[in-house]
Amino acid sequence: MTSYRIGIDVGGTHTDAVVLDEAYNVIAETKTPTSADVSSGIYNALKEVVASSNVPARDIDYAMLGTTHCTNAIVERKRLNKIAVIRIGAPATLAIKPLVGVPEDLKAILGKHMYIVRGGHEFDGREIIELDESDIYRIANEVKGKVDSIAVTSVFSPVTNEHEQRTSEILQEVLGDEVAISLSSEIGNVGLLERENATILNAAIVNVARTTANGFVNALKEEGIHAKVFFGQNDGTLMSVEYTVRYPILTIACGPTNSLRGASYLTNISDALVIDVGGTTTDIGVLTNSFPRQSSLAVEIGGVRTNFRMPDIMSVGLGGGTIIQLDEDNTFQIGPGSVGYRLTEEALIFGGNTLTTTDIVVALGKADLGDASRVSHLDTDLLEKIYAKMVNRLEEALDKMKTSAEPIPVILVGGGSILLPDTLKGASEVICPNNFGVANAIGSAISQVSGQIEKIFSMDELGRDKTIEKAKNMAQEEAIIAGADPDDLVIVDLEDVPLAYLTGNATRIRVKAAGSLKKTTLA
Amino acid sequence: MRLIGKQEIEDIAIGAALLGTGGGGDPYIGKLMALQAIEENGPIKLLSVDEVPDDALVVPSAMMGAPTVMIEKIPSGEEAIGAFKALQTYMGKEIYATMPIEAGGVNSLLPFVLAAQLGLPVIDADGMGRAFPELQMVTFYLDGVSATPMVLADEKGNNTVLNTINNVWAERIARSATIEMGGSVMLSIYPMDGKTVKQSAIHNILQLEEKIGQTIREAKLNNYDAVSEVLKLTNGYTLFKGKVTDIDRKTETGFARGIATIEGMENYQNEELYLKFQNEHLLAETKEKTLCMTPDLIAVLDSDTGMPITTEGLRYGARCVVVGLPCDAKWRTEKGIEATGPRYFGYDIDFVPVEELINKGEE
Repeated sequence: MTSYRIGIDVGGTHTDAVVLDEAYNVIAETKTPTSADVSSGIYNALKEVVASSNVPARDIDYAMLGTTHCTNAIVERKRLNKIAVIRIGAPATLAIKPLVGVPEDLKAILGKHMYIVRGGHEFDGREIIELDESDIYRIANEVKGKVDSIAVTSVFSPVTNEHEQRTSEILQEVLGDEVAISLSSEIGNVGLLERENATILNAAIVNVARTTANGFVNALKEEGIHAKVFFGQNDGTLMSVEYTVRYPILTIACGPTNSLRGASYLTNISDALVIDVGGTTTDIGVLTNSFPRQSSLAVEIGGVRTNFRMPDIMSVGLGGGTIIQLDEDNTFQIGPGSVGYRLTEEALIFGGNTLTTTDIVVALGKADLGDASRVSHLDTDLLEKIYAKMVNRLEEALDKMKTSAEPIPVILVGGGSILLPDTLKGASEVICPNNFGVANAIGSAISQVSGQIEKIFSMDELGRDKTIEKAKNMAQEEAIIAGADPDDLVIVDLEDVPLAYLTGNATRIRVKAAGSLKKTTLA
Repeated sequence: MRLIGKQEIEDIAIGAALLGTGGGGDPYIGKLMALQAIEENGPIKLLSVDEVPDDALVVPSAMMGAPTVMIEKIPSGEEAIGAFKALQTYMGKEIYATMPIEAGGVNSLLPFVLAAQLGLPVIDADGMGRAFPELQMVTFYLDGVSATPMVLADEKGNNTVLNTINNVWAERIARSATIEMGGSVMLSIYPMDGKTVKQSAIHNILQLEEKIGQTIREAKLNNYDAVSEVLKLTNGYTLFKGKVTDIDRKTETGFARGIATIEGMENYQNEELYLKFQNEHLLAETKEKTLCMTPDLIAVLDSDTGMPITTEGLRYGARCVVVGLPCDAKWRTEKGIEATGPRYFGYDIDFVPVEELINKGEE
């Protein structure tokens, strides 16, 4: 009996779904509009792809979902949890309170219960002072019945998370399992404010993640599918449902990540630039060893500075639905508006009244889509000018993401890739693989499991080589715990940055290991 | 006298990152601290050097330690007050004002936090006109001012008064104490009278930082080239344009040393720039020639935004413009070059001012 898997990816415009067999062959693919509530779009895509695959529901063993639910909740400031913020750091850290620098509207929602408690550690793991446990008990009783989740951040918890762990125990003792607890050491890197912000956002979207996960599992059940469910995360690997509900923030950039992973899989290329042209935006990322290059800088989400693992993606406001404004004197403006998911209603070639980038490529005969006669009246010279400018804008963005002047392979994916020609400045070749339109859903379906650590090590104890070896082993252990096959592990990311001014060669090391899902863990 | 509010702090933070020449710590933390302090205590008085009485006691305030520790163990705000009060008690004299010791990075902004909390003015001057890694690398030292008595204080309430035979010893002892106290402490250091400040400090440096910051911020809004405007303000030169292709870092004797390789773009195609740093950028050279060296300033700016990039923020693929700015004349004296010139940092070359190096290239 063959075992099948479903991969679903929710984009701003389309929700894509695929069914793959054991050898990752695409059995069925579908593209449906993303709905305003996101969920009904997912169910439609699911129903359609299962029906068209003719695969018996009972043979579908795994279902992977990459979704924008959590991102939308933060950007729209909707459906956010009532939270409490506990920072363990006094008497240090008082000079900058939690949520300073965060947009006021978000602060008003998330900043109602904020506490700074005595505790925390030094860079070398010593306690700054003992954790004030009585204060944690007091806070727990004070917020009882008032909050759904709590964000806990302790100074130097990436070095030692003792105080965060102990705080979590006390909170659970008083509040039971009803209140979700987010620990910063599980989420972000060194850099207290950014890590705390990420933890606060995480706490705020726990219920959104839970509702999404439950909805997905139930929708599968309704189709008679009893699959093991995973969620895609930012680094291109998978999380279980339980982990997703605890750390939903890690799903926030899985969309572009899935595209990159899918592009790598479909082309069998491990190092390339990937251009994912969607309806509203085009995302450009870099594949290094088949995984997305990670951003080493703070990344803003909904106006909040955070530092958890995110792919380094450049987003350009140009996609298949981007609106072209034509003025009477034959000048034009590309964007910034877009018809987004309403492309199939509003674009000229689909009988609508709005001139879009898609209309331009159809009018120029570069794509065969909709009713070309509806754009045949447009002036060819002007069309060529608009087209050249569109391509040029993406070529410039592409060049900024490159790491050297050497031409490198460019992989085109996403529904809007018909927008681009088959040669691009700076590209050694332009590859548009089969199933390019659903590369993200495929990326979601084929994902691996990973483990990551980030800690400050003293290089003087073991020397550089042995310290790095130790860090690699720790990351591999994490991957195995997450469900990776121990015989199929690779180190996909390694970064070491010495800390200025400290003796003992203190060095921050970040390592990520990834591997395929271990079969037995899926049974 | 001027009042410094939130917008001025935002601008100074950007200028400070540029004069930090890659080091000095990301001003972000200092900026947020200053903004919170202004929110709680109101705007801060900024005095020009001429407004300071000759006999007034002035004590610079600064952070010492690893910027990476500070971004994690955010200060309490009490450290600087602790250090200041301990020194005041030790000296038995009221302190009139504070000022930054360096114009770069986080230390440009921390004196504002202290001043806001104590209701004291900040003096528009510093002791470097840029950022340098060691305590004795200040213009006060060139004039024989002693770093001590100085006080180091941590967030736990510990403080240490140091009296040393010279400023190099002050640097050594303070650095070991800093590590023991948690890797990041606040200092009250180089106590001076107003007359000494007038003579030895670099004047109007905060005002320059503010103008640089304002220029870069407004360039973004009004779509003009931030880099050339900044060079006009600072009499500086474009040294190179390109993208970072390699960064080789290692920690030696407690400092982050390294070399960044930048591959040329536009007019600099087919050339490579090597940027050598020890926290701060110290030397910029191609295979053929040296373009700028310490104590002149080397800064790396983001090509698109003109925003300064720190050595820790330098990363593979970053597109940047490298600029060279002449340092204050005090550093170009014999003693100044001995204290902060290329040989002090272990480079086997003689100091040549950036304007001479650049003009030589053009002839």
